Amino acid sequence: MRFSRACLVVLLLVLCFALDWETARAASAADAITHFTADDFSETLTGIKEIAGSGDPRAETILRALQEGQLQFSAQRKAVYIKDVSGKLTDAVTGQPISGELPPDTDNVRLNNRLRGALDAALGGLTLLAKDPATRYDAAQAVFKSRQASALPTLDAAIAKEQDKGVKRAMQEARAAIILSGTAGDADKLAAVDIIRQRGDQDSLGLLASLPANTSPAVMKSVTAAIGAIKNRLALWEAVQNAWYGISLGSVLLLAAIGLAITFGVMGVINMAHGEMVMLGAYVTFVVQEIIRARDPALFDYSLAIAIPASFLVAGCVGILIERCIIRFLYGRPLETLLATWGLSLILQQAVRTVFGPNNRDVGNPSWMSGAFDLGGITITYNRLWIICFAIAIFIALLALLRFTRFGLEMRAVTQNRPMAASMGIRTSRVDALTFGLGSGIAGMAGVALSQIDNVSPNLGQGYIIDSFMVVVFGGVGNLWGTLVGSFVLGVANKFLEPYAGAVLGKIAILVLIILFIQKRPRGMFALKGRAIEA
Amino acid sequence: MTPHILIRSLDRGAIFFLLAIACIAILVPILNLAVPSTSAFYVPTYLVALFGKYACYALLALSIDLIWGYCGILSLGHGAFFALGGYAMGMYLMRQIGTRGVYANPILPDFMVFLNWKQLPVYWYGFQFFPYAALMVLLIPGVLAFVFGWFAFRSRVTGVYLSIITQALTFALMLGFFRNNFGFGGNNGLTDFKDILGFNVQAETTRNALFSTSCLAIMIGFVLCRAIITSKFGKVLIAIRDAEARTRFLGYRVESYKLFVFTLSACMAGVAGALYVPQVGIINPSEFAPANSIEAVIWVAVGGRGTLTGAVIGAVLVNYAKTYFTSGFLAPYWLFMLGALFILVTLLLPRGVIGTLRHWNALRRDRASAAAEDGVREPLPAE
Repeated sequence: MRFSRACLVVLLLVLCFALDWETARAASAADAITHFTADDFSETLTGIKEIAGSGDPRAETILRALQEGQLQFSAQRKAVYIKDVSGKLTDAVTGQPISGELPPDTDNVRLNNRLRGALDAALGGLTLLAKDPATRYDAAQAVFKSRQASALPTLDAAIAKEQDKGVKRAMQEARAAIILSGTAGDADKLAAVDIIRQRGDQDSLGLLASLPANTSPAVMKSVTAAIGAIKNRLALWEAVQNAWYGISLGSVLLLAAIGLAITFGVMGVINMAHGEMVMLGAYVTFVVQEIIRARDPALFDYSLAIAIPASFLVAGCVGILIERCIIRFLYGRPLETLLATWGLSLILQQAVRTVFGPNNRDVGNPSWMSGAFDLGGITITYNRLWIICFAIAIFIALLALLRFTRFGLEMRAVTQNRPMAASMGIRTSRVDALTFGLGSGIAGMAGVALSQIDNVSPNLGQGYIIDSFMVVVFGGVGNLWGTLVGSFVLGVANKFLEPYAGAVLGKIAILVLIILFIQKRPRGMFALKGRAIEA
Repeated sequence: MTPHILIRSLDRGAIFFLLAIACIAILVPILNLAVPSTSAFYVPTYLVALFGKYACYALLALSIDLIWGYCGILSLGHGAFFALGGYAMGMYLMRQIGTRGVYANPILPDFMVFLNWKQLPVYWYGFQFFPYAALMVLLIPGVLAFVFGWFAFRSRVTGVYLSIITQALTFALMLGFFRNNFGFGGNNGLTDFKDILGFNVQAETTRNALFSTSCLAIMIGFVLCRAIITSKFGKVLIAIRDAEARTRFLGYRVESYKLFVFTLSACMAGVAGALYVPQVGIINPSEFAPANSIEAVIWVAVGGRGTLTGAVIGAVLVNYAKTYFTSGFLAPYWLFMLGALFILVTLLLPRGVIGTLRHWNALRRDRASAAAEDGVREPLPAE
């Protein structure tokens, strides 16, 4: 007796299950929506799946409302409503506005994380047929991530209709992902592995690594090969990415060090206040932007174009002032110049701290410098790209200045042989002052660039001073090419060491390497040859 | 032989200076411990700790003056040797805490327990023994200076290049010690000390003893420096300072001379750091900051490079000024003053306070005995 009753229960359950399975395929939205009224997570899940599979034109609206938390149900009336942001009520299935009182038991359809995932997947499947290609692309990516087998028919339809090449590719990848996770034949799966292999990013690696256990050995073999290929490809892109970061860092170092190289090369003066010139340039940018914000916000995109000459002038004038008031009394005493300029850097920092406060100041990116684009497997931000261009432009301009102008000629003459240059009628003290002004002015322009990627604070210069000294020491004094090569070598080396050793140890390793390098070439890579050395 | 050199090395000024330090070393503890706190002559305990700190700085300044004033090596990284000596002492003090730490681990210092380390790193072994720690105080800065100097001097890195490289050295060490996995307490460093040689670090008597020890260390360091600079070895050092290439051409192995004096100076800085740590009760990576090393150089410049006494007096003067100004309403202006000090001293007072006094003295004597010129005057330090 008891046994037969148990049998009956089992039979009923099986029947229910089978019926449920049936309805899941062909239920209409009106039937499916009743699942939402049960206030039960697994019922809601069934509802989501059925609505997504119903092909009803309102399916997307309903699911979106559910996602936004606008779907309400009443268990009494077995009805579901959409309550939009303004509080207007519509019937979920028919889309007719509802007037009058709602039943008292009306409540939100609740969601949990599992449901949200299913909802995203279902919406992904639905939006595969949207009008906007970007939406379709996003939908394909969503399907790729969720690998919901139920999206396969929609996906196939979408692929057949798709015109856009990029979107079609994404859809095929999504299809391949579903096939690989499902129970398709080996031939299909092998083709799918091939498609995933060509996609070759971190997500595909994740997909291939987490295939179901029932995958056949033949497929597995091809999957292993694909994983290897993808890993190689990713490693290659990582190297490219590191090189890019390194070049970016190198350009920053170049900007910071080039002015130092000039003053050190021409005058043998170690200017410890060089970092503060960079900091002044950054604050000039801040002031220029503040004025523009207050007076004429429309000009904001041109703020850097104004800030670059302004910071050159400000830092350059401060530099000439320093040279005239302090440094010219200390020629021939490089160690004391070092101490005096250190004192100066303390004063400048404290002055800026007093005027602008110790906190970071907000310097904005103009619109043409914000954002990023993808190039192959790496992301390139516009501000880094512009800074590289800027550094190279400054370098070329400086090279031209030294090569083709009268001032450049005098500067080179003084660098090579000061007494001889003086005998030939070059006013060396004027050249010194102008050179120092030029070096400081370039530091000021470097400050404009750094304000775009770094915090503008009174300590801004301190972070760069030791690095730029390293560049000058490494590259060799009195030769701009040495500075160029030195900064990019150090920048790239730094970024390549970072992943293995961490940022700090990488830096330490670089310092140790430079100390060892100086053993071999005490005067740097591009040292001046001849009598100038012992001067 | 040795006492003879030591006695010969001391002129009247040096003996006067040594006596003055000795008096301070004896008087301050007496005035702190024996005089009732109501008396006008009473020296409060916080001042004893403060003077002890100054004494350590003075020893550091002495070590810098030895290489900068007499050998022309401007090290902008002497703070590194100071801090390394301090860390060696700090490690000893950490091991003395034992089970009194927050986590009451008998072996591991608190920060290692906190980082979930199971074992004491090998380089911490032995630091529970004071003699070993004391040896390390000398050895660690000494070996680093020897290796660094061997590389630097052998390849003739001189002048500002050497200054920048030493600065990079201390910068690199600072970055390293900031890391937790270096095993020296990371950001927070080593602190919360309890005992030194069985005496409570916080106790008044211990503080006075540490102060007197620091003064004694200055005296020993001073005599050592005097002995070196008045010997023939010292004459070669001065020759290197004034004309390195010429000294080399005369057949002296310039590198060896420089290396010896640089290593010795680093050991002195290490001792200064070791005495510093129990008195201030903490050592952390900011001691490695390049700014600290440069500040130490300015103490020497203020007092007068190449005078030894000037280094000690400069260190005390500048640090007293720092304490005075950074505690009052003038605090925001201290950096202006320090910066101005750097500029004014190098521009207007290149001989420093003591150097200028000596210079005036020598001028007066010259005028007084224009006929009988004794002729042996110390040349002005050149680059």
